[in-house]
Amino acid sequence: MATQVAIPLYDQLSKDFQQRTVVPENEDDTLYNWRRRAFDKFRQQGFPSIRQEDWKYTNLVPYLKEELQTDLPSHDYNEITPETVQKFYINKLEANVLVLVNGELNTSLSSFHGDGDVSIQSINSAADHELYRPYMGKEIDLRHDTLAALNSALFNDGLFIEVRANAVVEKPLHIINLYTSPKNIFLQPRHLIVAHKSAAVSIIETSANINNDAIVWINSVTEVYAEQNAQVNHYVLQSGLVNTREVNHTEVTQHTHSLYNNYTVTLPGADLVRNNLNVNLVESATETHLYGLYLGADHQLIDNHTTVDHRKPNCFSNELYKGVLAGNAKAVFNGKIFVHREAQKTNAFQQNNNLLLSDKAVIDSKPQLEIFADDVKCSHGSTAGQFNNEALFYLRSRGISESSARSLLVSAFAFDVINKIKVGALRSHIEKLINQNLQKWYASK
Amino acid sequence: MLSIKNLHAGVEGKKILKGINLQVNAGEVHAIMGPNGSGKSSLASVLAGRESYEVTEGDVTLDEKELLEMSPEDRAREGLFLAFQYPVEIPGVSNINFLKTALNEIRSYRSLAPLDAKSFLALTKEKQKLVEFDAKFTNRSLNEGFSGGEKKRNEIFQLAMLEPKLSILDETDSGLDIDALRIVSNGVNRLRTDKNAFIIITHYQRLLEYIVPDFVHVLYDGRIVKSGTKALALELEEKGYDWLKEEAQLQEQV
Ligand SMILES: Nc1ncnc2c1ncn2[C@@H]1O[C@H](COP(=O)(O)OP(=O)(O)O)[C@@H](O)[C@H]1O
Ligand SMILES: [Mg+2]
Repeated sequence: MATQVAIPLYDQLSKDFQQRTVVPENEDDTLYNWRRRAFDKFRQQGFPSIRQEDWKYTNLVPYLKEELQTDLPSHDYNEITPETVQKFYINKLEANVLVLVNGELNTSLSSFHGDGDVSIQSINSAADHELYRPYMGKEIDLRHDTLAALNSALFNDGLFIEVRANAVVEKPLHIINLYTSPKNIFLQPRHLIVAHKSAAVSIIETSANINNDAIVWINSVTEVYAEQNAQVNHYVLQSGLVNTREVNHTEVTQHTHSLYNNYTVTLPGADLVRNNLNVNLVESATETHLYGLYLGADHQLIDNHTTVDHRKPNCFSNELYKGVLAGNAKAVFNGKIFVHREAQKTNAFQQNNNLLLSDKAVIDSKPQLEIFADDVKCSHGSTAGQFNNEALFYLRSRGISESSARSLLVSAFAFDVINKIKVGALRSHIEKLINQNLQKWYASK
Repeated sequence: MLSIKNLHAGVEGKKILKGINLQVNAGEVHAIMGPNGSGKSSLASVLAGRESYEVTEGDVTLDEKELLEMSPEDRAREGLFLAFQYPVEIPGVSNINFLKTALNEIRSYRSLAPLDAKSFLALTKEKQKLVEFDAKFTNRSLNEGFSGGEKKRNEIFQLAMLEPKLSILDETDSGLDIDALRIVSNGVNRLRTDKNAFIIITHYQRLLEYIVPDFVHVLYDGRIVKSGTKALALELEEKGYDWLKEEAQLQEQV
């Protein structure tokens, strides 16, 4: 157990668990028992420490020093008007919009409430109906992931999205996550997304801390299930999160012939972003693409841990993460690929490239391949480099200013990730945000 | 137009240019020849503002403006253009976006409004025709996957687009087959006016049959050791550079 003395939140969470959790009359209440077990795991192990391999480069202690309130603030967010929400719409994006405030579904601000193809519920209401039992927490390894365990024990609320079998959802679902709190707060949203057999859906998550006076700490868990032949495009845009610290756990489970694409774009803003993205290939013949782009600035810490668990034969996975680091930013990339003995004919590829724009920027990049099958194709690579000075001089020699030349080169570096984003309006939106950030970085030069 | 006076420059303490003097006037074409390693590309780099070179002595003016004080981009905006001996491949930056950015930054420096998409396209078409450069190249990444010849032709296309006062062509002929050489030379000849000037760095007088120079200079060991007319190029082709090296060494001993 880490030195939890330094973390006031630890004791508070123990109190919360005792106070909030009503011991059921019926002793075999499985949900209660699951949450109880999850809490025990957290209590035994505490917050992750740098002595754990997976947290070696990311020390949470400095981010957990402050007092953090664990109760949600008062529930009428009257200050958030539809006009406020519209500021977070993406220009020209035709989407069904869901608005979450502090992790809770806000139906009056949302423009979409489900239809024949998609059902939308808050996770707490779903819990009463026990609809989600077959899915909840099925693949998450609570022993190794104490923050996911903590979320499982004490999550506040979140979304339960089901896409019905054979439904091909044309419009993407745009989930706008808004955070606001007058006091420092620790939030634990929990989401479950199930794409049933042969369903197809695109989900876009964006977020913003709209009251950036107080610290918002987010420990979120999202589970995604792609059933047989289902297709899920999952876009996660992490920007606009000033004064925010975030550990974002995504657990994906893929059944046969399913396709899951994840695009995680992290832009300057949050103090700390740690993404745990685990993909479990529990049946054969699946396809997975993981694309990541992170731009770090100031003293930001961006840590992407991904795992692709090839358990069955004939699965294909491809991962490309690219990072651009300025100022004193630090990034961590850890990409695990497991290929089980049974998973013959696996194709698994991984690449992580980094561009360091300052002497003080740091990247710790670590591929980790464990392969127990013999008939597989796997590759991985990792690079870190500075600007190509030849390219910079070439551009400048044509009359292009140094700052434009640098922006062009950063965009060029990011191009093969950005170019993979299939939703045009989202791609333009992200390109615009990147350019705004680049201009900010180079304005001083 | 260009005036180089007693230019000394080097890299990391190593002296490479050891007192270059050269005057180029509007309407002129100067050829610079010389053995490998004599400093031809270094001279081009120093003029274009490559930061790895340190100028230790001398002056360079372009139309009375101090060139050496300017950033590389300002030199380009003042009308200097270097066709690189080894053009750089830049994946992810499209040829067309690059050209548009360059052209509009140069225009803005000269207080001209940016070209709209339509005029830009028209200009691109016109210049492509002028230098017989295939339309297919424009949508690709800058020089990426281009053959040696295509890269050189792209340099001349850029030159045509940016309409510089003074162009320096660093071994643009090397790696070109005879057809490409003719195309490139025709392009340059069409771009020649009495208001611009060219410095053509080459190894071979072959190029100078297509682009006829007004002056030929021989650069050896960081100095211009001989200047003359086109006849000098022919002489060099026949006799090689050894006699010049000997002459230069004799001069040094004196
Ligand atoms: N970046 C550099 N660092 C050190 N020496 C260099 C560099 N560039 C060129 N030189 C040296 O400068 C001299 C002139 O080179 P260069 O200008 O390329 O000659 P040329 O173009 O006439 O063949 C050579 O001795 C070469 O090795
Ligand atoms: Mg050379």
